[in-house]
Amino acid sequence: MSAAKTIVGFGCGLLFAVGLGLSGMTQPSKVLGFLDVAGGAWDPSLAFVMLGGMATIALVRRFGPTKPLFEHAYPTLARLPIDRPLVLGAALFGLGWGLVGYCPGPAVVALGGRVPGAGFFCASAGMGMAIFEVVRRAFYRNET
Amino acid sequence: MDVAHFTPLSALVGGALIGLSAVLLWILNGRVAGIAGIVGQLLRPAPGDAAWRAAFVVGLVAGGVLVAALHPASFGLPPGGRGTLLVGGVLVGFGTRLGNGCTSGHGLCGVSRLSPRSIVATMIFMAVGMATVFVVRHVGGAP
Repeated sequence: MSAAKTIVGFGCGLLFAVGLGLSGMTQPSKVLGFLDVAGGAWDPSLAFVMLGGMATIALVRRFGPTKPLFEHAYPTLARLPIDRPLVLGAALFGLGWGLVGYCPGPAVVALGGRVPGAGFFCASAGMGMAIFEVVRRAFYRNET
Repeated sequence: MDVAHFTPLSALVGGALIGLSAVLLWILNGRVAGIAGIVGQLLRPAPGDAAWRAAFVVGLVAGGVLVAALHPASFGLPPGGRGTLLVGGVLVGFGTRLGNGCTSGHGLCGVSRLSPRSIVATMIFMAVGMATVFVVRHVGGAP
């Protein structure tokens, strides 16, 4: 079932990218316009992206199948506590997001759209993820 | 409010497509559509779990090619020079992995299933993002 899962991965990535492009998330100026609540020219569009996404998820969740088609079962999503890594990580992400206007998805889509600077941003984000892996290995040796 | 740039309909439809992608990935592959997680876990893949992740990223890039061909105005330049992109990129990459999620994983999927962690994370990165834009635009003197 690995081939099916790979095809699903590609298709979902493609659909996700088209959704991001249509929604306005691939325009850093629009993202920053949403975050600029105090500027007197607030653009609330991105709240509607969340609304559209959540409505779709809620609707399908209600009528969705009890097990995934290409897996044995849904993963049990760990109920972890609200801890320091969560708070610090979200804050650092917010800082980077507010500086550039790219979160991970739109940055990768912009890379495909050959937007100047997007590739450099993606490489930098990849570097940040790699730094995290090094830090994780240094601090959480027992984790797999 | 910025009425000239307000695009509620395309935002709503775009959001619905993103949600549909997340739903399909969940009911077909049993995986959460968190982009930072999908990309980040490629750096330490579990056996049999790397191919769909790589394919998802290829799909995102291919989608970018498609959007650029059909509607290039969907893209805009990120602000700032190389220094801003470097610092912002490293913060986004490191922060999303440390905090275990980004706008899609926490903001959309996590909040949709009312995960307390995701709700807290989303409130924090939204608030810090807003504070950052406020400082850059209205305190630093940049336009």
